[in-house]
Amino acid sequence: MTEYCKRGYLLVSEIGEKPSEERLRQKKVAFIECPQEIPCNACVHSCKFDAVLMDNINAPPKMDYDACTGCMRCIRVCPGLAIFMLEIKDDMGRVTMPYEFLPVPEKGETVKLLNREGKEVGEGTVTWVLPPERNEGTALVTVEMNKDLIYEVRAFRVV
Amino acid sequence: MVRLERHPILEFKKGKRVTIYFDGRPVEAYEGETVAAALYASGLRIFSRSFRFHRPRGFFCAIGKCSSCMMEVDGIPNVRTCKVYVRDGMQIRSQNSFPNVNTDFYEIFDRLDSLFPHGFHYKKFIKPSFMRPFFVNSLRKFTGLGNFPKEELGEEAYKKEIECDIAIIGAGPAGLSAAIYAGELGADICLIDENPRVGGQLIKQTHRFFGSAEHGAGTRGIKIAEQLEEEIKRYENVNLMLRTGVFGIYNGVVGAVRDNTLLKIKPKKIIIATGAYERTLIFENNDLPGVYGAGGVQTLMNVYGVRPGDTGLVVGSGNVGLILTYQLLQAGVNVAAIIEAMPVIGGYFVHAAKVRRLGVPIYTRHTIKRAYGSKTVEGAQIIALDDKWQEIPGSGRDIECDFICISVGLSPTHELLYQAGCEMKFVPNLGGFVPVRDKYMETTKKGIYVAGDVAGIEEASTAMIEGRISGLDSAIKLGYGDEKAKEMREKMVMELEDMRSGPFGIRILEGLKHVVV
Ligand SMILES: Cc1cc2nc3c(=O)[nH]c(=O)nc-3n(C[C@H](O)[C@H](O)[C@H](O)COP(=O)(O)OP(=O)(O)OC[C@H]3O[C@@H](n4cnc5c(N)ncnc54)[C@H](O)[C@@H]3O)c2cc1C
Ligand code: SF4
Ligand code: SF4
Ligand code: FES
Repeated sequence: MTEYCKRGYLLVSEIGEKPSEERLRQKKVAFIECPQEIPCNACVHSCKFDAVLMDNINAPPKMDYDACTGCMRCIRVCPGLAIFMLEIKDDMGRVTMPYEFLPVPEKGETVKLLNREGKEVGEGTVTWVLPPERNEGTALVTVEMNKDLIYEVRAFRVV
Repeated sequence: MVRLERHPILEFKKGKRVTIYFDGRPVEAYEGETVAAALYASGLRIFSRSFRFHRPRGFFCAIGKCSSCMMEVDGIPNVRTCKVYVRDGMQIRSQNSFPNVNTDFYEIFDRLDSLFPHGFHYKKFIKPSFMRPFFVNSLRKFTGLGNFPKEELGEEAYKKEIECDIAIIGAGPAGLSAAIYAGELGADICLIDENPRVGGQLIKQTHRFFGSAEHGAGTRGIKIAEQLEEEIKRYENVNLMLRTGVFGIYNGVVGAVRDNTLLKIKPKKIIIATGAYERTLIFENNDLPGVYGAGGVQTLMNVYGVRPGDTGLVVGSGNVGLILTYQLLQAGVNVAAIIEAMPVIGGYFVHAAKVRRLGVPIYTRHTIKRAYGSKTVEGAQIIALDDKWQEIPGSGRDIECDFICISVGLSPTHELLYQAGCEMKFVPNLGGFVPVRDKYMETTKKGIYVAGDVAGIEEASTAMIEGRISGLDSAIKLGYGDEKAKEMREKMVMELEDMRSGPFGIRILEGLKHVVV
C-alpha cells in the first residue's frame, strides 16, 4: 500500500505532474489530487473541454492542462473535494478551494492558511467567493498568497 | 448549545414546540423529532440501566436496533425511544432503576458482582423452604425490564389484508430503486418501511456521493433521497407504506404492523432491502453513555440537529468514520483523533485528506483500550499495536473527549431472510451472514429477492443498481415488460461489474464468489 494511504495526505513530492508556470500565469487551471483508484468519475463528466481524462471509472483522473479553460465546473461537483484551482496573478499565487463550513469568509478578509496536514503556513487574502447557496452548499473561495505556497495550501481557517 | 441553530449544509425546520414529561419533569421538544433526540437535547445522557448490574446505558444506534434507549412511554414499558416521535403531553419514565436512571441505588450490584455469580439463585436463597415464596417474590422485583401497564390499554386493534405483485421491504436506495424500476414496468407494488420517511441511510448523508456521473455522483445523499422520493410518488401503482414494520414472512405472506393494524400482505414476489446495522467493539467500559454508533451520531446530528458533545474520538477509519468526522467538524464539534487498527486508512484517500487538512490526526495501528468515566464518557485510552496486533507496551495514551464514535463496520439486517428460509452463508468480505442468490438477486427461496446492504455491505450506488436488477427481474418473471426490460436488466448487471472493477471492489468480488450461484 502506498504511503499516502497511511498518512491521509500527499507530500508535495507525490502530487504528480504540475502545470507549467507559464500556464499558471495565463489563467486559472484545475489541479486534481485524487491518486487512488476509486469508483468515481464526476469530474470527467462535468468537464465540457475534455481536460479531465480517465480510462475507466476506477482509474485516477489525469489533467490535460492545455485543454483546461479554468471554467470551474469540476471543482463544483467533486465529492472528494480533491480539486483546486491554481493561478499566478500579478506575481501572487491564488488557490481556489471548496469550503463547507461556517462562517463563509468575505472578499478582502484575511484568513489563516493551512497545509495538507492542517498546519498553519501563513496568511492570505480572500479575493473571490462563490456563496454556498449558489452551489448546493459548497462555497468556493479564492485566496491570494505568496506564489511559493500554491502547492502547499489546501485549506484555510477564518479568524 | 446542544441544538444546532445554523449548519453549512442543512436547514433544520423545527416542528411545533411541544412539552413532554420525563419522570414528571417538563422537557421542551419539537414535533417531528424522536423522544430520544428531545431528551438528549435536554441534556439527558443515561437512557437506561443494564439488566443485571444496573450499569448506565446511553443510546447507541438511534435507529431501533440496539434497545439501550428503552423507557416507559405513556404507560407502555420497553419502548425504544429512538423510534417514537414526541407528542404534546407525552409521559416518559425511566425504568429498571431506583429512584431514577441518573441516580440508581441498585448500581451497587455492579460492585457486589462476586456475591451474585451467574446462577446464584439456584444455590442461594432456597432454604429454608418455607421462606422460598418470600425470597422469590423479593428477587423478582430485581428482574425483568419495565413494569406491566397499570391499566388495560383500551385501544382498538384492526386487521387488514392486502394483495400485490411485489412487496418491497425497506425504502432505502435499494428498495426505492427496485420500486421505481418494477413500477415503471407496471407491476403493482407495496413499498414498506418502518421509518416515517423514505431514504434509509441517505437521509443523514450530507456529503456529496461518489459513483458514476449517471447515478448522481457529486450529489449529496440527502438530495438523492429527495429525488428518489419524488420519482416514486409519480407511480400510482406503488403503494408507499411508511411507519410500517415487517416482522416476518410466512409461506410467502408478509406480516407487518402499522399503528394498531396488523397487515397481512400477500405478494407474488418479495424483495428484501432492509439495509444494515452497526457493529460494536469490545473494550473496557464500551457500554458507557457517550460510546455511540457512528450512524447513531449522524442521525442525532444530521436528522434532528442535536450536537452529540464537544469533542469526539472516532474509532475506525473506513468511509463512515471519515465522513462522520467531517460532518462533526461541520457541526462545530471537535474531533480529537481518528484511530484505526489496520496499518492503512480504510476509506477513500480523498475523504481522509479532507479531515487531515483541517488538522484531525489519524493514528493507524492504534486501537481503543478503555473509556474513562463514571456515568458518561470523560476520556479514552488508546494504544498502539504491533505487526501481530498485540499492544505495544507503554504505548498507551489518554485522549480527552466526551464521546466516542464506533465505526468499525456494518452487518446485514438479515433476520427476515433467515426466517423466510433462504440459504445463508457467512462471508466476512460482505459483512457477515448473507443470502445465496443468482445474478438477478433471487435467493434460494424462489420469489424472494435481496438488494442493497442486506445482500452484502457496499455502497448506495451499488445498492441502487441491485435494487433495479431485483425490481426488473421480479417484474419480468411476473410477465411485465418486453425485450427492452430484459436488455435493461443485462445492462444493469454489466454496470454492477464495472463499479466493482477497481481495487475497492476486489474484496466484494472475492466475497461474492461464495454466494452467487
Ligand atoms: C456515513 C456513511 C457514508 C456513506 N457514504 C456513501 C457514499 O459516499 N457513496 C455511496 O455510494 N454510499 C455511501 N454510503 C452507503 C450507503 O448509504 C448504503 O450502502 C445504502 O444506504 C444502502 O442502501 P439500502 O437500501 O440497502 O439500505 P438502507 O439505506 O439501510 O435502507 C434500509 C431500509 O429498510 C428499512 N427496514 C429495515 N428493516 C425493516 C423492517 N423489518 N420493516 C420495515 N422496514 C425495514 C429501514 O428503515 C431502512 O429505511 C454511506 C453510508 C454511511 C453510513
Ligand atoms: S476547470 Fe473546467 S475545463 Fe478545467 S478541468 Fe475543470 S471542468 Fe474542465
Ligand atoms: S470527481 Fe473528485 S473524487 Fe471523483 S474521481 Fe474526480 S477528482 Fe476524484
Ligand atoms: S434502539 Fe434506540 S438507540 Fe438503539
